Amino acid sequence: MAKYERDESYVELDHVEVDGVDISGHWNRMYQPREITAFTPEKIEELAALSGAESIAYCYQCAKCVGVCPVDAAGGDYGPRKIYRRLQTGLNIFDSPDLWKCTTCQNCVRVCPKGVDMVQIMPAARERSVLDGKVPPELQEMFEHVAEYGNPMGESPRKRERWIKQAGVEVPILAKTKAPVDILWFVGDFYAYHKRGQDAAGAMARVFSRLGIDFGILGKDERSDGDSQRLAGEPGLFESVAEHNIQEFQKYEFNRIVVSGPHALNAIKTQYPKLGGQFEVEHYTQLLAPKLDALGPLLTKSFDRKVTFHDPCYLGRHHGEYDAPRKLLTAVPGLQLTEMFRCKEQGYCCGGGGGGMWLDGFMADQVSERLSEKRVREAVEVGAEVLAVCCPYEVSRFEDAVKSTGNDGALEVLDIIEILDGCME
Amino acid sequence: MHVVVIAKRVPDLVEDLVIDSEGRALDPDETEYKLNEFDDQALEQALLIKDAHGCKVSVLMHDADGVDKILYTALAKGADSAIKVCTDAEELDGNFALAQAMAAALGTLDYDLVLTGVQGADDRDGQLGPLLASLLDVPCVNVASGVSAADGAVTVHKEYSGGKMARFSMALPGLLGIQAAAQSPRYVPVSKVRAVQKEASLQELEVEGDFEPLSRVAAMSAPEQSAGAKMLGGAPELLALLKEQGVVS
Repeated sequence: MAKYERDESYVELDHVEVDGVDISGHWNRMYQPREITAFTPEKIEELAALSGAESIAYCYQCAKCVGVCPVDAAGGDYGPRKIYRRLQTGLNIFDSPDLWKCTTCQNCVRVCPKGVDMVQIMPAARERSVLDGKVPPELQEMFEHVAEYGNPMGESPRKRERWIKQAGVEVPILAKTKAPVDILWFVGDFYAYHKRGQDAAGAMARVFSRLGIDFGILGKDERSDGDSQRLAGEPGLFESVAEHNIQEFQKYEFNRIVVSGPHALNAIKTQYPKLGGQFEVEHYTQLLAPKLDALGPLLTKSFDRKVTFHDPCYLGRHHGEYDAPRKLLTAVPGLQLTEMFRCKEQGYCCGGGGGGMWLDGFMADQVSERLSEKRVREAVEVGAEVLAVCCPYEVSRFEDAVKSTGNDGALEVLDIIEILDGCME
Repeated sequence: MHVVVIAKRVPDLVEDLVIDSEGRALDPDETEYKLNEFDDQALEQALLIKDAHGCKVSVLMHDADGVDKILYTALAKGADSAIKVCTDAEELDGNFALAQAMAAALGTLDYDLVLTGVQGADDRDGQLGPLLASLLDVPCVNVASGVSAADGAVTVHKEYSGGKMARFSMALPGLLGIQAAAQSPRYVPVSKVRAVQKEASLQELEVEGDFEPLSRVAAMSAPEQSAGAKMLGGAPELLALLKEQGVVS
C-alpha cells in the first residue's frame, strides 16, 4: 500500500445487516480505525520537525480554534484543527493553498488548550516553501520590492519623506537636525507612501506639533519594519531590513520609539531584540492616551457621528492593548462609540496580517468573501457611520471593502489620528 | 551544454531621472541601477534549461557599481559562475561597444548558447543580440520566447505583428534575444543570497580593446509636457461637447 492512500482492503458496503439489525449508513463508519491505520503520522512529523512548528503535533482536535478562525468564518474552510486533520490524512502543507491562508491573527492561539501556535507554525512552514522557490506571485513581487527598495510598494526610498511637504508643520528629520529627541517616530511604509496613509501621517505630525512633542523621524533612511515579510516566510528579508533600521536607530539619541502601526510595534518589541536592537517602543495611541489632559482641551470641534472601532490583531491580541484607542475615541467631543460584537480579545481580523495584505488575489479563490468585507458588514450592522482604525494597513483595506460591499457613502474609514486632528482648530 | 547570459544594469525608473550638467547623459550620482528586466528573463530561461537538461549557466556583466549584488543574486538563483567583464573604459557607451566587449569575453570561453534580454531601458537601438551574434558569427533569433533545448539545437517561438507566430529551430552555437522566459523569474530568498555572498566569489575577466560606440548622444532632455487631457464627467458632457464641435446635431 502506498503511503497516505486509502487502504482499499477496507470495503464499504452499501447495505449491512448484523444480527438482524440494519446498520447501513455512514454513521457507523466513524468507529472504524481505518484512517488511523491507513495513514502514517509522517506529514505531521515533517511539519513539527521545523523549528517553530513543533506545537502542531500537540493538537487533540477539540476544534475550539475553528470557531474563532477569521478565515473559516469567511468561507475559507480553515483552522489549525482542520490543518492537523488534513496532515493526518496525507496533506502536503508545503504545496497547499492552506499554507498561505493564515493571517497570524492569534485568535486560535487565544483559545487553544494545547498551545498549538499557528503564529510560529505557519511562518516556519512558509519559510521552507519560499526556500524551495514556491511563493504566490503577488507575494513574490512584494518580497522583491522590499529587497530592492525597502518598502513593499516598490517606491523609491528617496521618496519616503515626501509626505512631509503636505503636513503643514515642521517634521524634523534626524539625519539633518542631529539633535537628541524624546520620541523617534517610526513612520512606516503605508503612512509614508500610501495616499490615505499620508493623510494620517500629516495628521500625526500636526497632533504631535500641537502637543509640543519633541520628535524626529528617519525619513528616507527608514525601511519597512519587516514583520509581515517574516510572517510570510522570508526571515532573511526581515533580518536585512531590521538590521538596517537598528543601525539607523543606533545613530541617534532618543528616549523611545513611537510607531504608527501595530506590525512595526510587534517587530521592534519582539523581534529586533533578537538582532541586538533593544528599544523602548509603543504604539501612537499608547503615547497619546496618557496625554489626554493636554490633548482633550485641544479637541474643540465636535465629531457628531456614530463610530465603531476595529481592534488591530497586533495591537490587541498580540500586545494586549485595548484601552488606549478607546480612551482617545471617547475623549472626542460628540463622538458616539459603539462596539461590534467581535471586539477586543475576540476582534475579527481584517485579513492583512501575516502577508495577507499581499495575497488578496490569491485569497479570492479561497474564501467566499474577503475578511475585510465581512468586517465592514459588521460595522454597518451596528449602525456605525465611521469605522475607526489605528493600523496603517486598514484604511486602504477597509475602504476597498466599503466599496465592494456597496457601502460607499454609508461608512467612512478613518484612522484615529485623523479624527483627533480633524477636531483641532 | 554551456549557456551564457549577457546581462547589463539599467537606470532604475522608480527614481526621478536627473540629467548631468553637460546635458548628454544621466547624472550617475543621482541614478540608481538595477538588472535590466529582459536580462532577468534571459537568466530565468537559462535556469529553466538547466533545470530541464542540467547545463552549466554563466552570467556575464560589464563591471560597474551595483553589478556585484546582481551577480550574487544570479548565483543564488542557480547560475554556476558569475563573471565581471573588465575593460579600461569605465562606461561602455551603447550596445555596439557593449557587444564588442562581450564578444571579446566570449572569445575566451567555450559556449553553446548565448542568451540576452531583447532590449533595455537605456537602449538606443535594442540590438545587442543581433550585434553580438554578428561579431561572434553565430545564428541569432531576436524577440524569442518559449525556448526549449535538445540535442545540440534549440527551438524558439517568435511573435510577429498581426497575431502571427513562428517557430524556429536553431543550431548551436547560437544566440537568442529573449523577450520572455517560459515562466516569470524565480524568487530567491535573501538568506540564500547572503549565504552565496559569504561562500561564492565572482570571477573577473579582463578584455582589451577600445570598444568605441557607433553613435553618441548629442543631447538629452526631459520630454516636453503636453497640455494634458480633460476628463469628462459623463455621457451628457460628452454629447454636449460633440454637439458643440458639430460632430453630431
